[in-house]
Amino acid sequence: MSDKVSVSLTINGAEHALTVAPERTLLDVLREDVRATGTRRGCDEGSCGACTVLVDGVPVLSCLSLAVTLPGRAITTIEGVRNGAELHPVQRALVLHGAVQCGFCMPGIVLSAKALLERNPSPTVEDVRQALGGNVCRCSGYTRVVEAIASLGGRP
Amino acid sequence: MSSHAKPGPIPEPVGEVLGQSVPKPDAREKVTGRAVYTDDLRVPGMLHGALLGSPHPHARILSYDTSRARALPGVRAVLTAEDLPPNDIGAVIKDQPLLARGKVRYAGEPVAAVAAVDLPTARRALELIDIRYEVLPAVFDAEEALRPDAPGIHAPRGTAHPNAASYIRLVEGEPDPAWAQCDVIIEDVYETPAQQHIYLEPCSTLAEVDPDSGKITLHTSTQTAFRVQAITAEALGVPMSRVRVLVPRVGGAFGGKVESTNQPITAALALAAGAPVRLTFSRTDDIRMMRSRHAARIHMRTGATRDGRILARQVRIHFDTGAYADDGPFVANIGSYFARGPYRIPHVDVECWCVYTNKLRAGAFRGFGNPQIHFASEVQVDRVAEAIGMDPIELRLRNALETGEKWLGGAPVESGTLRACLERAREVSDWHRRRERPPAAPGKRRGIGVAAVSHVSGLLGSSATVRLNEDGTVTVNTGAVDTGQGSDVALAQVAAGALGLSLEQLNFSRPDTDTSPYDWCSGGTRTTFTVGRVITQACEQVREQLFEHASAILQRPVRQLELRPGGFVGVRGEPGASVSFGAIAGRALYVEGGPIIASARYLFPAWQLDTRRTQVEGLPFMGNGFFVFAAQVAEVEVDELTGHVEVLEAWSVHDVGRAINPAATEGQVQGGFVQGLGYALTEELVWKDGHLVNPTMGGYKVPGVLDVPAAIHAVLLEHPFGPGPFGAKGIGEVGLVGVAPAICNAIRHATGANVRRIPATGERVLRALMAREEGGAKASDA
Repeated sequence: MSDKVSVSLTINGAEHALTVAPERTLLDVLREDVRATGTRRGCDEGSCGACTVLVDGVPVLSCLSLAVTLPGRAITTIEGVRNGAELHPVQRALVLHGAVQCGFCMPGIVLSAKALLERNPSPTVEDVRQALGGNVCRCSGYTRVVEAIASLGGRP
Repeated sequence: MSSHAKPGPIPEPVGEVLGQSVPKPDAREKVTGRAVYTDDLRVPGMLHGALLGSPHPHARILSYDTSRARALPGVRAVLTAEDLPPNDIGAVIKDQPLLARGKVRYAGEPVAAVAAVDLPTARRALELIDIRYEVLPAVFDAEEALRPDAPGIHAPRGTAHPNAASYIRLVEGEPDPAWAQCDVIIEDVYETPAQQHIYLEPCSTLAEVDPDSGKITLHTSTQTAFRVQAITAEALGVPMSRVRVLVPRVGGAFGGKVESTNQPITAALALAAGAPVRLTFSRTDDIRMMRSRHAARIHMRTGATRDGRILARQVRIHFDTGAYADDGPFVANIGSYFARGPYRIPHVDVECWCVYTNKLRAGAFRGFGNPQIHFASEVQVDRVAEAIGMDPIELRLRNALETGEKWLGGAPVESGTLRACLERAREVSDWHRRRERPPAAPGKRRGIGVAAVSHVSGLLGSSATVRLNEDGTVTVNTGAVDTGQGSDVALAQVAAGALGLSLEQLNFSRPDTDTSPYDWCSGGTRTTFTVGRVITQACEQVREQLFEHASAILQRPVRQLELRPGGFVGVRGEPGASVSFGAIAGRALYVEGGPIIASARYLFPAWQLDTRRTQVEGLPFMGNGFFVFAAQVAEVEVDELTGHVEVLEAWSVHDVGRAINPAATEGQVQGGFVQGLGYALTEELVWKDGHLVNPTMGGYKVPGVLDVPAAIHAVLLEHPFGPGPFGAKGIGEVGLVGVAPAICNAIRHATGANVRRIPATGERVLRALMAREEGGAKASDA
C-alpha cells in the first residue's frame, strides 16, 4: 500500500480534511471514512451505477474515481439531496409512484435524475431513459421509476 | 384450532386501506440513503472477513499451510475445514461443508476464511495461504455426469449414476399407444442457462458473539431469518437458543438469499477471532461462490390432433445442480410437476434428473424450475399451433385446465383462471391486429408471441401474533422478511383490512428470531399469501376478544356488533353506539380479561398425489401450494443483419385474486418481466474448462433501462378465491415464468427462426434463421 496523502474534499457543502491512500476510491472514502453510507457498492467496476454521486453537478461513478483527484470539486451524495425533512421532487415522485422496491439502486437513480432535471427541467420519457442508462435496477423493471421521474417534466 | 382449516367464504375488508396503492413505509429512507443494509453496520472492534476460493473445479486437498497468513500483522483469524466442526449443510441433501473439506468440487468454492482489521489486510492474508491440491478429473455437463464412468463428485466412481442428486418419474395415461392417434408430433431439445440473481446488494453478514453467554447475533441480508438461525446452529454445533438473527434492509434476493449464504462462516470467524466480523462479498465473489438458477436441457415431444387437442407428451429433463444439491431436488420437483403445463393432456411421461457437476451450485431462483420447463413447453405448444394452422391463443384455450380439473398427479385446480388471463391478454395486446405483422423498421422484422403461465403460490409454515396496544393501536409480529417486494406494506394492509385500522394505527415489526413468530422464508410466492393468511386468522381472534369486551361495555349481544373503520366496535344499525379500541384496551388491561393478543399458525397441506391416476417415483416435495395463472405477451423487432432482438411492448395479465396494493403488485409483475427478459436475451453464466468466464456485472449482462420496453403493461385480474388473505393469490415469481417463451415465440413469428436455446443472443437468432433458410438441415445449435 502507498503512503497516505492529505486531501480536502467538499462533500455536500462541507469541507472534510482526510488522510487517504492514493489508490482509494471515492466510494471507499465516502462509506468508510466519511461514514456517508447512502452511496451503495454494487459491483466495484462501474457497471451498476449504485455508487453514482455528482461532481460539480455531473453524475460520476464513485467506485471508479480516486478520492485524491477531487479536492475543491463539489461532491454531492444522496445525503445532500434533500432539504431537511423535505424530499427532493425526484425522491417524492419515486415514493408516490410506488417505484421503490429493494431500494439499493435508489441513491444512484436519484442523483442521475437530479442531474438530468438541472440541465433539462422538462425531460421526456426518452430523456429519462437515456439519463438512467447507467443505473441498474434489478427489482422494478424500470417502468415506475421512469414514470415517476418523467412525471416531473410534464411531457410525454 | 386446526392449522389446516378449510377456507370459508371470502371476507370483505373493513375500511379503505386494503386495495389502495399506499406508499411503502420504507420508501422514504431508501430514496434518501438513510436505509441501513448490512454492510452499512459498524460496531466497535469490528473485523473484516474474506474467503479464499478454490483455483480448481475438482481437486483433492493434500495439505494446508496457513502460517504465513496468520503471521501477517492485523490478521485475527484464519480458518480452514480443519478448524470447523464436520457438519455438512443442505436443504435436501446434507452434502455441503462451510469450507471445502477433503476436496474442492468447483472453481471458486470457499476453501479458507480470514478475519483481519481491514479488508485489504484480509485479502492479502488470503494470498499467503498455501494449499496443495491433487487435481482430479472433472465433469461439467449434466448428461455426461450421469454416465457410470464419470468422475464421482460426491459418490465413488462406478455406481450406475454416480452424480445423480435426484430422479423423478411421473406417468399418466398410456403415452406409447397415444402417439399413433396424433396428427402432428413436434420434438425438440431446449436449453436454458445458469442465470444469476444479481440482487444489487451482494451478500453480507455481521456476526457478533457475546463473550459470556456465547450467544451469536447475526445481522444479515437474507430471505429467511429462521432458516439462517437453524443452519448456523447446525453447522457450528450450537443450540438454536444461542443464535439470534436480525435482518436489516435487504437489497434484493430473488431466491439467491434463501437457506444460508455467508452467515455460518462469518459466525465461525467471529467465534475464532473473539471479535465482531463483517463479511460482505465483492460482486465477483458473490457470483462465483453463491448460487445460480439451474441450467437445464429438456428433451420434449408433444403430439396433437388436427382440431387442436393435445394428446400426448414425453419429457426428459436434466437439471444441472452444480457441485452441491442445495435446493436442486426441490427445483426438479417443480420442473417435473409443471411439465404437462396447464393443459389437459391425457397421456404424459415425465422423467427428470437433477445432476451434480463441477460447477457453482444451482438453487432457488424466482420461478424455481418453472421458467425452464415453461420455456420448452410454451415454445413447443406454439409450434404445434403452427403445424396445425391454429392461432396460438386459440390452441391454448382449447386445452387450458378449468376449475375442478386435475393437475398432473391429481391435485384439483381450484381457481382455473388461465382462460380469463388468455382472453384478456388477447384483448389488451390487440393480438389479432398485431399477428398481421404491422410494418417494421427497415432491416427489421416484427412479431408477437404469447405464453400461458401457471405457478404455485405458498408452501410450508408461517405464524403471526397480533396484539392490542394500550391506546387501541395494534402491533403485528411476523417473521416475514421484506426483500424489497413490498410485503411489509401489503401485510400491514391485510391487518388494516381485517381490523378496520389505518396504517398509522398499525405497528408492523421487523424479523428477529428472538421475538418474531416463525416464518419459513420469503420465497415460493408465499409471503403475502401465507403470512397474510395467518395475520387474518390472528386478527379474527383479536376481533372476537374485542367483541366480548364491547358486548359488556355496550350492553349488546356479540352478534349485533361490527367493526368500524378507525378502530371502533359499533352496534349494527345504530350509528351512535360504539366503543373505541382504546377504551376496550383499557378495560382489558386494568379491569377484566387481561391483554388482548392472539397468535395463529398455518402449514400448507402435503402433496395431493393420486397414485391410482399417476405412476410416481421420487417426488419428495412437501407441499404443492395453490395454482395461479397468467398470460404474457411480447412484441419484438428482430434485426435481420445482427439477429439482435428488441422487445417493443409487453403485456402481462395475472389473476392475483385480490390486489392488496396494486402499485406494489404491478411492480412485481414489471420487475419479473424484465428479469425474464434478461433470461430470454442476455443473461448466462459461461464456464470454460470449469472456470467462470464472466463473474462480473460487466461480463454478465442484466437489462438496463434502454434494453427494456417503456411500456410493460401489468394487467391485474381479481378472482378472489382460496386460502390467502381476502382471496389474494401470490404473484412474486409469476411475472418471470413465461417471458422467455413469449419472446422466443415472437421471434419465430417475426422471422420463422425456431430458437431452442436461451439466452437468444444475436448469434443464436442468426443461426436459427440460417438453419431455417437452409431447410432446417443444420438445426443443431440454435
